Amino acid sequence: MLGPDTAWYLAVAAVLFGIGALGVLIRRNTLVVLLSLELMLNAGNLALIALSRHFHNGAGQIFALSVMAVAASEVCVGLGLVVALNRRRLSLDVDSLSELRG
Amino acid sequence: MNLAASAGNALVWIVWVVAAFSCLASGVAVISFGNPFYSALALIGNLASLAVMYLLLNAEFVAAAQVLVYAGAVVVMFLFVIAYVGPRRETPWSGGPSWQTIGAVAAAGALLVEIVVAVGMQASGSLSHETRVGATFGTPAWVGRVFLVDHLLAFEITSVVLLVAAVGGVILGSHTRRAL
Repeated sequence: MLGPDTAWYLAVAAVLFGIGALGVLIRRNTLVVLLSLELMLNAGNLALIALSRHFHNGAGQIFALSVMAVAASEVCVGLGLVVALNRRRLSLDVDSLSELRG
Repeated sequence: MNLAASAGNALVWIVWVVAAFSCLASGVAVISFGNPFYSALALIGNLASLAVMYLLLNAEFVAAAQVLVYAGAVVVMFLFVIAYVGPRRETPWSGGPSWQTIGAVAAAGALLVEIVVAVGMQASGSLSHETRVGATFGTPAWVGRVFLVDHLLAFEITSVVLLVAAVGGVILGSHTRRAL
């Protein structure tokens, strides 16, 4: 086998997931939170594809493609929400959007 | 291992190191830029370096789909919406090290440690030896056969999810609603 082991890919995926989680937790702008969410989804995809080759099982790549479709759906709905918020002159700060708090 | 094989191995390692470094660096750039426009541009670099890693992992079709779907559609949609919303400056780190930032860093670090420990304990022995992949593994023809023969239900559910999301996006963004 050429190149690094599967463990190296999994390490990169774990660190990328941590970076994305940090972005989701510390950023206040809704758009940047969505971008950080994309980082987390891509880290999951990298782990899926690395393990798909490791176990020579095609289900991992299929699942990664499904994750891409779900990510596209999430971006569609999330950006629709951002546009609706912007039209109503509401702030895009996630801390100020607290009307649904119980 | 003969000379050609070891030279190929070194080449794959070099490409992997460059891709992994640019992947993590652009990931840090996404969450640290103050302007969301630059964050979206950094995400393109992240997606491209991930596509290089997918190619190293024999996933040609997923790499092509990554570039087309993410860099071609998702990031462009992000850039359009960022341009539509207009420049809104925010402090990237929400105004200094408050208890919220410290808690967020601690939570993200705990998540990272948990992933590493879980993967390391579960798979410490089994990740070193792996099965050899065939020449067709990851090609578009192979992905199409696996997707439409073995995983047809997942394919159909994915299409329904995309349709529902498209309808939801249109309803959320439509001008005819005058509520609130």
